[in-house]
Amino acid sequence: MGVAGASIGSLGASLHEGNLKCRAYLALPGSVNSSMLASMEPNALDTRVIEFCNVSYALPGGQRVLSDLSLEVQRGETLVLLGRSGSGKTTTLKLVNRLLSPTSGEVRVNGTPTKNADVIHLRRGIGYVIQDVGLFPHFTVERNIALVPRLEGWPEERTRARVQELLQMVGLEAQMGSRYPHQLSGGQKQRVGVARALAADPAILLMDEPFGALDPLTRDELQREFLGLQRRLSKTVVFVTHDLREALLLGSRVALMEEGQLVVALAPQEFTRSTHPLASAYVRAFGSGLESVADRGTS
Amino acid sequence: MNVFQFFSQNGAQVLELTFEHLWLVGISTLLAALVGIPLGIAIAHRPGLNRPVLAGANIIQTIPSLALFGFLLPVPWIGDRADRLAILALTLYALLPMIRNTYTGIRGVDAAVVEAGRGMGLTNWQLLFEVELPLAMSVILSGVRVAVVISVGLATIAAAIGAGGLGEFIFRGLAMVNNQLILAGAIPAAMLALLADVSLGWLERRLQRR
Repeated sequence: MGVAGASIGSLGASLHEGNLKCRAYLALPGSVNSSMLASMEPNALDTRVIEFCNVSYALPGGQRVLSDLSLEVQRGETLVLLGRSGSGKTTTLKLVNRLLSPTSGEVRVNGTPTKNADVIHLRRGIGYVIQDVGLFPHFTVERNIALVPRLEGWPEERTRARVQELLQMVGLEAQMGSRYPHQLSGGQKQRVGVARALAADPAILLMDEPFGALDPLTRDELQREFLGLQRRLSKTVVFVTHDLREALLLGSRVALMEEGQLVVALAPQEFTRSTHPLASAYVRAFGSGLESVADRGTS
Repeated sequence: MNVFQFFSQNGAQVLELTFEHLWLVGISTLLAALVGIPLGIAIAHRPGLNRPVLAGANIIQTIPSLALFGFLLPVPWIGDRADRLAILALTLYALLPMIRNTYTGIRGVDAAVVEAGRGMGLTNWQLLFEVELPLAMSVILSGVRVAVVISVGLATIAAAIGAGGLGEFIFRGLAMVNNQLILAGAIPAAMLALLADVSLGWLERRLQRR
């Protein structure tokens, strides 16, 4: 009971805080401090990389997919969006790189509302990994990975070195670079997908059920490698899944969504102990052993 | 006199009419590609446009070719010269396969590939030239192939309005009830169609393999 009270309380606090921060951005202080702020790196003080401020999204037909979502993603954390299909997780993800635009409310990346940002620049600064991978079938692995660096006009030599570095980082041999996607296994394809997303070293990574289509063993392997990679790189990650086990293993926070609304956002250990009806229903559905998963993921 | 004797005796004229034929087909195919492929690209990206455009191209296809020549005759500048008239008619007929195959090819590109490309910050033009067109190319090319084969056959009718081409032999043969003369036009025309079909088919398969 005490735990439930605390978690619901902290949720309320964070939502409230979100609203306050929305306002704070609109009214920048015009005093002496502002010149100090201006001389510093814009993100030096602020750890909020992605902010959702009262975001709603409806389909062109009027059907509501997302209602009044307020959520923040801190620098270096892996926020997992958990929920069943149709709960609005993927929509939330696509609002970050503006593949979708909110019907109302505001999404901010590094403090700038995405609607004001140059969309191409915004997207090139955000890695994007999807379940179906979406490698370009007519490009070699190397060219697939080099896509964003090439678009950004990196020198040939630097791009080539980066590709080699990335192949190694995601556990692929250098000779894989000359293969075509259809010559790769599912696990290898998604490794390339991750390498491609990391190519231009974006600070943010969006991952939409990246391991969902893989066989259990490969999935397990890639999840563990992702954890290792994330410990090294400390990207700000938003990760969509419907698999609670994956959420607890990989997330530093798990945001549970249902019917277009955020239900709770909790650290993995809190999540497994939560008495929130929907959260505990999830935990029950997945059975025993989840606490150890939650602990391993964050240790 | 059989057909082969005819060819050896009238080689120069056969060659001339073959080139005329090729010219009619070549120019009209080029024009149809210049109009049809961009139109196909446009309707692939604007779902509202595809029905009216494809319906329009379909309707053109149903007009009998001789009637189309007749319709175009009063059009200023076009109607002044037979070859212009023939080229425009052939262009109109070649539009449908070009538009439809470009549309089908681009819509057939894996949605995940397009989404990944868009998500990584490709502009619409980059998406078109780096992803959609290369992946749709073999389907587009098969539309070009169909258009060329249709045009080679149709272009024989252009001789009816005096635009030249291998149809001249055919019409002359019909008028004189001379089968040799008809074959002298029909055989090279059939060979052109086959040649176009085979070579473009080869190109298509090469592109597909990549």
